[in-house]
Amino acid sequence: MQPSQYFSGMSRRNLLSLIGLTAGTAAMYQAMTSLGLAVESGYKGPVKLEGDPKGASVLILGAGLAGMTAALELRQAGYKVKILEYNNRSGGRNWTLRGGDTYTELGGATQKCDFDEGLYINPGPWRIPYHHNGLLAYCRRLGVTLEPFQQLNHNAFLHSSKAFGGKPQRVRDIKIDFQGHVSELLAKVAHTGKLEGGVTKEDQEMLVEALRSWGALDKDYAYTKSIANSEFRGFAKDPGGGLGAAPVPSDPIALTDILSSGLWGSLANFALYEFQTTMFQPVGGIDMIGKAFTKEVGDLITYNAKVSKIHQDDKGVTVTYEDVQKPGTMAEEKADWCICTIPLTILSQIEINVGAPMQAAIEAVPYASSVKVGLQFKRRFWEQDELIFGGVSYTDLPITQISYPSTSFNTNGKGVLLGAYTWNGPHSYEFTSMAPEERVKRAVEYGTMIHPQYKDEFENGISMAWHRSPFTLGCAGDWTEEARKEHYDNLCQIDGRIVLAGEHASYIPAWMEGAILSSLDAITRLHQRVVAG
Amino acid sequence: MTQQSKLLTGQITAAVIFATFQASAALADSAGATFSDGDNFSEKTGQELYANVCQACHMDQGQGAVGAGKYPALAKNENLESGGYPVYVILHGQKGMPPVGSMMSDDQVAAVVNYVRTNFGNDYKDPVTAEDVAGAR
Repeated sequence: MQPSQYFSGMSRRNLLSLIGLTAGTAAMYQAMTSLGLAVESGYKGPVKLEGDPKGASVLILGAGLAGMTAALELRQAGYKVKILEYNNRSGGRNWTLRGGDTYTELGGATQKCDFDEGLYINPGPWRIPYHHNGLLAYCRRLGVTLEPFQQLNHNAFLHSSKAFGGKPQRVRDIKIDFQGHVSELLAKVAHTGKLEGGVTKEDQEMLVEALRSWGALDKDYAYTKSIANSEFRGFAKDPGGGLGAAPVPSDPIALTDILSSGLWGSLANFALYEFQTTMFQPVGGIDMIGKAFTKEVGDLITYNAKVSKIHQDDKGVTVTYEDVQKPGTMAEEKADWCICTIPLTILSQIEINVGAPMQAAIEAVPYASSVKVGLQFKRRFWEQDELIFGGVSYTDLPITQISYPSTSFNTNGKGVLLGAYTWNGPHSYEFTSMAPEERVKRAVEYGTMIHPQYKDEFENGISMAWHRSPFTLGCAGDWTEEARKEHYDNLCQIDGRIVLAGEHASYIPAWMEGAILSSLDAITRLHQRVVAG
Repeated sequence: MTQQSKLLTGQITAAVIFATFQASAALADSAGATFSDGDNFSEKTGQELYANVCQACHMDQGQGAVGAGKYPALAKNENLESGGYPVYVILHGQKGMPPVGSMMSDDQVAAVVNYVRTNFGNDYKDPVTAEDVAGAR
């Protein structure tokens, strides 16, 4: 709840809507989860499953992070564990596309990824907040090497097609000039003694000094063009060496231009708890996490298994599934207990005999719509031409954002950008409705408005529209507060011999941490029940 | 009232600020693919709305799709017999389906429902109206 204090005077709802309008709904979504709800990940250290399960068996449905976490811990605790997985690979949404990979989406379109060796795109999760302790603990334990993920890059762009003549602005200029102008205004008010509320004279004096420091104000508390000011916002000509090396100060952007541009709205993308430094990514692709889990539990997985029925009685659980490589070939798997991580979009279509409250919960959660596009370019022009090393540019164009690779900085050779990343909102549906190659084409067209180099440097691309994903039918559980109140506990309760897990059974949906914490909580409660007899 | 609709209501303040650069028309091209401007769908006709919203899941001929789960076909779908049913589903969502009607006006919801109910092998001659939609929100 801490962050909301910084936005006093603006209702939480208004803040969220402003973020939604200007920064894209992804930011709003993240803001909702971080402003309103528990902000700690809740990881309590390695799970301790003490007591003998006496040979009890568990069938896990889904080999994503939730399923594989459960498998790893339960086998270690002495259970007989098996996993059924719909895909022909493990990892679920923890997934990376590299050159040579193919992907067939719902509707039948198949894309082949033509990226060069070493280049990749993470179509699903891609970054890890430093406070996602559960995920970080497993990365440490399983030997997944991490590197910093740049979220805030002062030299990336904020772009509005309707402001500054469509010319992208540096994050730094908007952030520092906005801060400076606001400081100047507030200092003026403080000087006149018109600040309302419990601000003492001493506090006012301290406040104006703080504003001078924080807002880069001059001795008269004005935000003006100067060398001192340029120490914050950068120079028109940087200081150099030798003759003619004196720095030239830069011109601040006028407050009215910043305000009317709306670009200030994107600054929340760098301020929110979930996006604060340090963020991480695995070296080589996000699927290094899934691969590390698979090394531990891969021998337990039956692939290409499409679950059609989950039946429990007082003796155990029977799951019926089809071998998708041999359509019509049905098989059964039995166990004492079942941990089901199947996304609710799919589980709500599967015959399962749970009680009415859990069934209602399974049917109560719509899934977010999200699209990503990966684009390969002949050279890393964003670094070489624009000095953008990692980070994210935000735009009001349908692509919403462009993210620059947080790895292999300052190298020659090719690079892959995340050329579009939408979250809910009309553009997600509109992109999804297009053929995959059309999504790539549009991402290139729009991106060219921010980086004209696209035109000459673009080579190939691949797109992921999550509502066309055969294994999830959507991106992630899109809970409302009302739905949570009514259904969340019912979704998470153990129903007879069945318990659900996954990001959808967490307060941080769409994050890998949500999948892991949900899984740890589910197996802890299940184990208590088993050892209690 | 859902959290989502609360958020939309809360955008009134912001909408005033941004009114100066909220163009009304969608960016269209010859292929019929469009991008909306803002947080609501800009497409007007039933055909445009279908091709840029519903088609994401229900596919270009209303044929639906099958993976680990399925998107039901809207083609020759007898559940469309009562116009109130698709209106309700679009406004409130159903199971994993999001309530996309929250990003459409009453006219838009009526237009896309009438389009689906008279295409893809469906031939239901009683159109729904914007008033029907307003009453079902």
